[in-house]
Amino acid sequence: MKRDARGSWLLAAPVLALLLWCVVYPNVTIIAGSFGHGLGYWREFAHSPSDREALVTTLEVAFGSVIAATAVGLPLAFLLSRIEFRGRRFLQAVATLPAALPPLVGVIAFLFLYGESGVVTRAVQRGLGLSEPPWRLTGVWAIIFVHAYTMYVYVFLFVSAGLERLDATLDEAAAGLGASTPFRLRRVTLPLVTPALAGSMLLVFMSALGSFSAPYIFGGGLRVLSTQIVASKLNGAMGMAYAETTVLAITAVAALVLLRWFERRRTYALTGKGSTTRIALRGGIARVAPLLAAALVFVLILPHAMIVLVAFARDGAWTTQVLPPHYTLENFTRLTTDPRLWIPVRNSFWMAVLATVANIIVCFVAAYLIARRRFRGRGLLQLLVVLPWAIPATAIAIGLASTFDRNAPAELRILLVGTFWILPLAYFVRGIPLVTSAVEGSLRQMDPSLEDAARGLGASWWLAMRRVVIPAARPGIAAGATLAGITAVGEFVASIVLYTHANRPISMEILAQLRNLSFGTAAAYSVLLILLVLIISIAARMLGGRPERVETIPTA
Amino acid sequence: MPGAPRLSLDALTRRFRDKVAVDALSLEIGTGELVALMGASGSGKTTTLRMVAGYEPPDSGRVWLEGVDITNRAPRVRGFGMVFQHYALFPHMTVGENVAFGLEARGVAKADRASRAAAALANVGLAGASPRAIQSLSGGEQQRVALARALVIEPPVLLLDEPLSNLDPNLRRTTRNELRAMLRRLGLTALFVTHDQEDAFAVADRVALMDSGKLLQVGAPEELHDNPASRAVADFIGRATFVPGAYDGRTVTVHVAGTATTLAARAPSSLGQAREVLAVLRPDALAFAPDGSGWAGVVTDRRFAGAQLVYRVRVDDAIEVELQSTNRDVREGDRVAVRVVREPVPVVAV
Repeated sequence: MKRDARGSWLLAAPVLALLLWCVVYPNVTIIAGSFGHGLGYWREFAHSPSDREALVTTLEVAFGSVIAATAVGLPLAFLLSRIEFRGRRFLQAVATLPAALPPLVGVIAFLFLYGESGVVTRAVQRGLGLSEPPWRLTGVWAIIFVHAYTMYVYVFLFVSAGLERLDATLDEAAAGLGASTPFRLRRVTLPLVTPALAGSMLLVFMSALGSFSAPYIFGGGLRVLSTQIVASKLNGAMGMAYAETTVLAITAVAALVLLRWFERRRTYALTGKGSTTRIALRGGIARVAPLLAAALVFVLILPHAMIVLVAFARDGAWTTQVLPPHYTLENFTRLTTDPRLWIPVRNSFWMAVLATVANIIVCFVAAYLIARRRFRGRGLLQLLVVLPWAIPATAIAIGLASTFDRNAPAELRILLVGTFWILPLAYFVRGIPLVTSAVEGSLRQMDPSLEDAARGLGASWWLAMRRVVIPAARPGIAAGATLAGITAVGEFVASIVLYTHANRPISMEILAQLRNLSFGTAAAYSVLLILLVLIISIAARMLGGRPERVETIPTA
Repeated sequence: MPGAPRLSLDALTRRFRDKVAVDALSLEIGTGELVALMGASGSGKTTTLRMVAGYEPPDSGRVWLEGVDITNRAPRVRGFGMVFQHYALFPHMTVGENVAFGLEARGVAKADRASRAAAALANVGLAGASPRAIQSLSGGEQQRVALARALVIEPPVLLLDEPLSNLDPNLRRTTRNELRAMLRRLGLTALFVTHDQEDAFAVADRVALMDSGKLLQVGAPEELHDNPASRAVADFIGRATFVPGAYDGRTVTVHVAGTATTLAARAPSSLGQAREVLAVLRPDALAFAPDGSGWAGVVTDRRFAGAQLVYRVRVDDAIEVELQSTNRDVREGDRVAVRVVREPVPVVAV
């Protein structure tokens, strides 16, 4: 596929320049900053007991989260794709609910449920007649507990998809050759979903590594790298923050390299005749299964339900009772009538819109170049678009904060810190990998000869683009923009580093209300956030059609 | 049929929602016999095979293996090796591990497994292929590995689902001859599904022709060709022109362009006392008559088909026959005479 290399470069140059400027440059600034005193900051980092503790705890949290998320997600994926019972499809949909909760909201829900004065904690305490709460939601275990809930979805989705893709005749062939169900599981099914499982485990590892919300809220005195970075910055110890950020980012990028390696090994793209065989349950188990499933649904929905419940609780009235005693609409009326309280909602909405629109334009070009063109620099482009995905949000924020903190055109710096524009830029950077990979997926499904056919029929490049390529990419654009929009509207981790009072987003206001012990108001904001997420998803679905629609006629 | 039935299908029926995929199908397969289940796609042949293997439960009917009812046995207990259309080779295992899989499932010791797998591979002409990766195999090699994997467990009946359909035409021709030779040499009993009559005729001792879930006719290939039980069978097997005629129990009289021609006829027993029939004129039963005797007609089409040419000749306003000839001199538009050179001709019910 040799194409006009100059045309590709004309498109690629501005995209590459933009990515180098707002993705690579800030990271270079961080690494350079960490060597600001020669090896001074690094020596300090190596000798600081709190940094050593943060590094060890970060790894503990990351590995613990992988184990916990796998322990929940793997069996659930097998149960829901291999066993047939009433309500299976519904449960499959419900099982992905935790992913729709903005990270900070999920953490707060856990606080309301399982915190020291949480509903479940108090119910158990009362039920058993204990004088003390049966547990405390602090430390490594609390963080892993929250991560298990929010991150098992990755394992569940990856493994479920792997199982769906699995050629059912392989299982049939194994059965026909005399293999029992456990033997088939061990020798055929598990090895075939291993690449998907490994990929999802690495994804959990990377997410847990950079996780900020749970350690920040539940950590207590506990230090992890991401919170340590923010603390160093607040204390003005920027050199230490740079060293810490470098360590965190490098660990994450190493995990990414490993992930890519696993993805390249995922070569078993097989399809064949034969439907997925699901084991139909009979007898007593068949009657118990829906009950167990219902219990599971309850547990999964509980955090969402709790947020909604608290949003209607009167602020200050919920003290020692199991459930909030008084209910009211005033949290919502206050939110919508007090302009001071409405500002964060407006801010989050517009900043998310700006970031997502920029994502759509830049990432479409990037995805088009990656999926459809061959040119020198394509590998670099591929690397640059995934980089913000691997680098934890805290590191991205520190990078932007230290790069765009002054006007210095000769150094390609402009002053953005303290202005409205720094947060949309951070959201944009975080959205790049999401939108690019979704659009790239859609474009790869398109029959490559369609664009050539359009050009052969006399269409100009732009007409072919507008009438053939962009329509083919639409499901990917919709899916990617949904993900980016959802992430941006609830963004917390980069925001806490970069926000100003004038452009404070919802997440910062939720945090402020929590500190104020105005739980009802915090929950009302959270409900609003969930509603925004819903509206974005529905709008994208209506604009882009079903994301999973295949746009080309399958051949052979 | 050599020997007592090895496998017997007794009124097998399978419905999918409101559609009957297999309708009360009964079939017996003798020990050492090679039977082809043939039909167009959607005729129910693969569903039948899957019911035999145990992948699909029948709604009614039974499957017997050497006199034992196995209808409710799980696939892994039945132990029929099956060769799948797309081979279903395990992509994460080597060729040797694939072939040894059935033995591994049976707890055969590793060394024994390896030697038996190697022997099975040698049997299909792939000696020494054990350490190779599945991805490195050609389509024909994959097919043979799938065969070896099924053979190594010494199945009571070997089942094959369109085993040749993924091979290119030349490879397909040689592979089907090898397949038959090997099945014969090993004395195997096999049931295989195909939509291709050349495959079926080349490999099978008997062919069971299916349509819409029903068995139309079972018999040796020549029998299906020369003595079709119905118009549908005659239509599916080979090429034919159907000419209406009157049957008197021994001969059929057809009227072509006003001339009555009486031909020796062979009717299926199901025809009974019918008088109005269709005579089945095969291209190889017709020839040009250089002396001008027979039916006069005009050549409407001439097609080169290798050793022979296929001509279409309009002999009547309503009748166009097809005939094979080695004569290359006839052109489109030529006036010719055509006559029946092979009798008896098959007749079928209208």
